[in-house]
Amino acid sequence: MRDKLIYGAGIFAALYFVRNLYVILLQLPDEAMQGAVYRIFFFHLPPYFAAVACFLGAAFASGLYLKTKLWKYDVFAVSATEVGLALASINLVTGMIWGRQQWGIWWTWDARLTSALITWLIYLGYLMLREGIKDPSERAKNSAVLSIFSFAAVYFTYKANEWYRTQHPGPVLTIRTGKNTIDPAMQAMLFHNLIAFLLLAIVLVAVRMKLEDSQRAVESLRRRAHAIA
Amino acid sequence: MNYLRQIGAVAGKDLRSELRTKEALNASLSFAVVILLLFSFVVDPDSEMLEQMSGGLLWMVFAFSGTLILNRGFARELPNDCLDALIASPIPGSALFLGKAIANFTLIAIIQIICFPVFGILYNLTWTAQLPMLAAVSALATWSMATLGTMFGALTVNMQLRELMLPMLIYPMLIPALMAAMQLTTLLVSGQPIDAEHQIWLRVLIAFDIIFTSLAAMLVETVLVG
Repeated sequence: MRDKLIYGAGIFAALYFVRNLYVILLQLPDEAMQGAVYRIFFFHLPPYFAAVACFLGAAFASGLYLKTKLWKYDVFAVSATEVGLALASINLVTGMIWGRQQWGIWWTWDARLTSALITWLIYLGYLMLREGIKDPSERAKNSAVLSIFSFAAVYFTYKANEWYRTQHPGPVLTIRTGKNTIDPAMQAMLFHNLIAFLLLAIVLVAVRMKLEDSQRAVESLRRRAHAIA
Repeated sequence: MNYLRQIGAVAGKDLRSELRTKEALNASLSFAVVILLLFSFVVDPDSEMLEQMSGGLLWMVFAFSGTLILNRGFARELPNDCLDALIASPIPGSALFLGKAIANFTLIAIIQIICFPVFGILYNLTWTAQLPMLAAVSALATWSMATLGTMFGALTVNMQLRELMLPMLIYPMLIPALMAAMQLTTLLVSGQPIDAEHQIWLRVLIAFDIIFTSLAAMLVETVLVG
């Protein structure tokens, strides 16, 4: 049942992306200043939000793990972090492609770019820490603590960088600016793609959790086999 | 009062054993001087540029050589199962953490007290114009290194790749504090006071210290005891 739900949601997300791509590529007009390239924005901001949602979920699950010591929270934390890192990579890469076209450079040490890269590195460190600890319960405990630290650090870095000068375009969504600086059709499209990316993230996290479960089952079987032999 | 005595006992023990062997201190200090030397090839040592880069240069030196000290913090307890004995001793985890952080702070501060004059001599800079403020900024930034370093030292102490993991984990997280320290140090080394525009960095440093010290003191018991 659970498998059917996961794959059903996956197929739905795929169809949703096809529908969104159709609207993005064929129905929305070119942007007045940037021309056609602005379309990459629909694959730049939504993955970022989805990644932050993943990291926040991982931090929450880590807190719950430390409180309850239930494996499922640790499984969720590692799965969400991995998916979040992949989404953050999409955000970085699409941003670089856009920057190359609009600014003529792949990368600039602008505040937002820097904090996005720092976030990426911090969570890469989280996965590296997991790799390095053999004992499962120590791994779960230590990486839970690190996950909480990481989210605090990411938030702090984001805030500290906001005070710094930025060349990155400012917020465009109406909820952030309070004005109509974005075309309603484009804003609606952003939300559509955000939903699609969130759905994709949920599906991927669910699949990754299944993988982690089987991995643990294999590990415990192997330990038992060693004990007998 | 008792709590402070416990912190003092841990810090005193760490400092005493380090000052007797000086293994981390000597390594860290010679490493710091080597990096100071290497930087003379990065930028023309006689140019105006050097003054503008001084904060960044100094904090790179402290961040690199500091990890040698931070790495030793908990690793020192591994032989003879000292760490288990420490955990079993009747003191709270936060006292153990704060004691170790104070010891690490003191050791990095010793490196800095030696490095600042060496830097001034090698690169021909007068850096003492704003000495009290410079000391305050250094203390704040060093404390942030010491807290994060001690906490992550506890996290990584049982790992094989400990010496690699610690810098990999703390450098990205330290960036706000290091960035603030670099900005302020450049300003103070060139003899200017902290103006209204730069006060935000002072606040970043203070906020960083408060947030991460309390977070670490809260979570360290879980890391050590489980």
